[in-house]
Amino acid sequence: MTADGDGIPVEERPGTTPIHGLGGSFRQASLDAGFTVALLLRTVAALPYLPRRMRFTLDAAYAAGVRALPVTIAVAFFSGMILALQTGLTLQTFGQTSLVGQVMALAMCREMGPMMTAIVLAATVGSKIAAELGTMKVSDEVTALDVMSIDPTNYLVLPRVAALTIMCPVLTALSDLMGIVGGSVVATAQLGLSQDLYWNTVLDALYAPETLFPKDVYAGLIKGLVFGATIATVACSTGLRARGGALGVGRAVQHAVMTSVILIIVFGYWFSWLFYDLLRGKEL
Amino acid sequence: MIELRSVHKRFDSLVVLDGLDLTIPEGKNFVLMGRSGTGKSVTLQHVIGILDPDRGEVLVDGQSVPDLDRKGLQQLRKNMGYLFQNGALINWLTVHENVALPLKETGDCARSEVDDRVHELLSLVGMSQAAHKRPGQISGGMKLRTGLARALITEPRYVLYDEPNAGLDPILSMSIHRLIAEVRDRLGVTGLVVTHSRQCACDTGDQIGVLDKGRLVAQGTVEEMQNSDIPLVRDFLSGHAD
Repeated sequence: MTADGDGIPVEERPGTTPIHGLGGSFRQASLDAGFTVALLLRTVAALPYLPRRMRFTLDAAYAAGVRALPVTIAVAFFSGMILALQTGLTLQTFGQTSLVGQVMALAMCREMGPMMTAIVLAATVGSKIAAELGTMKVSDEVTALDVMSIDPTNYLVLPRVAALTIMCPVLTALSDLMGIVGGSVVATAQLGLSQDLYWNTVLDALYAPETLFPKDVYAGLIKGLVFGATIATVACSTGLRARGGALGVGRAVQHAVMTSVILIIVFGYWFSWLFYDLLRGKEL
Repeated sequence: MIELRSVHKRFDSLVVLDGLDLTIPEGKNFVLMGRSGTGKSVTLQHVIGILDPDRGEVLVDGQSVPDLDRKGLQQLRKNMGYLFQNGALINWLTVHENVALPLKETGDCARSEVDDRVHELLSLVGMSQAAHKRPGQISGGMKLRTGLARALITEPRYVLYDEPNAGLDPILSMSIHRLIAEVRDRLGVTGLVVTHSRQCACDTGDQIGVLDKGRLVAQGTVEEMQNSDIPLVRDFLSGHAD
């Protein structure tokens, strides 16, 4: 194993047979994962510098929010409608259509809201971050920062990771709401429920007297937080490892979106397991 | 003084530097020429500590660059400017903000002091009128001028120029050459210029070195090199390789 000029680990010799190729790919994937984890740790270590990067962080958070907002709203609204229709038709066969509101509230807050928001953010904002940093990398701007003794993690990565970590739970909350609103349209128009009944069952599911909201809402927002940090870190990591001009930037963007989506689904399962199996019956 | 002693560097099986010995005299411009892939830019990256040699020594003011820790490297880089081929300006910052960046980030100077210094350097490189523009709104030559101003903002003793006229038309190239010479004359900065261009070497260089196969094959003044009996050196200095 060796490292390029930026200390980024690269596989020395590509395999010459399919087995070598597979081994080489696995090894490179491990090195990439190591670089991403190290980048995340360096970003956490750079947190004390966040106040200095506040303007850029807020700009990035605003840009991320604006960029992802229309898609998030549309995806959440129509997914809510689909979910309400499918669950409503099934519940109808058991004569339990009135439970649609409850199902919608819990499904959106626990799983659908965080996951859909994260996938939209990976596609819209994660790809943009990977393209920006990838272009900076291949045009020597990242090296220029190094040469000026400006830490690229502190200057480029920290504000982007902070921005997405803030914005993902915010958009998740909005996504939860829009999905439930989408469900209400189907519940009244196609399932024959009244608005009052639908929203009463939603509020029943989403109100906890002691903690304002039940664990489901907080679990979903915590997922959003983790997904936001994951998307930004992966996007920055792939961008900073880009090489080979425009082609390399394109590969970095593709890799960033693919990796983010896979990690969102894997982490989504882990968090569901944590919150609803390991911590079953416990309030957060 | 910058010295490289028997520096070896390879990437996988490709030998780039093969025992390079080089001494850059103080207060002069040293031009490093050679074919593509002979290790010119790699040499610059060793001097500024972006790359470490596999073997050999890289010394700046007697300090071994590969042995410097992070703080030592930061201190070394404060004394060094680096002009990238395309200027490598940060796209979302204006020309003024790009030039001010190294001083703002180190936080050593008051804002008014930074602004004064930026105005002075933009005036030196003829970019005062474009201070508010972003890199996407200026030409390649203007980007290089801005990059040069940024390289000079920390008042370095050394400036490394990586292909300073790459992709520029002859008139713009001449203006960059004049600037490089002016920086040496007015600011007393030691320059290490990497180029393919005979014109650039003749306009900016006090000393010229020609690299081939990872080694310095010839070194001398412009006149000495023009009269060299080494065919490769004659080819470069007669313009055949331009």
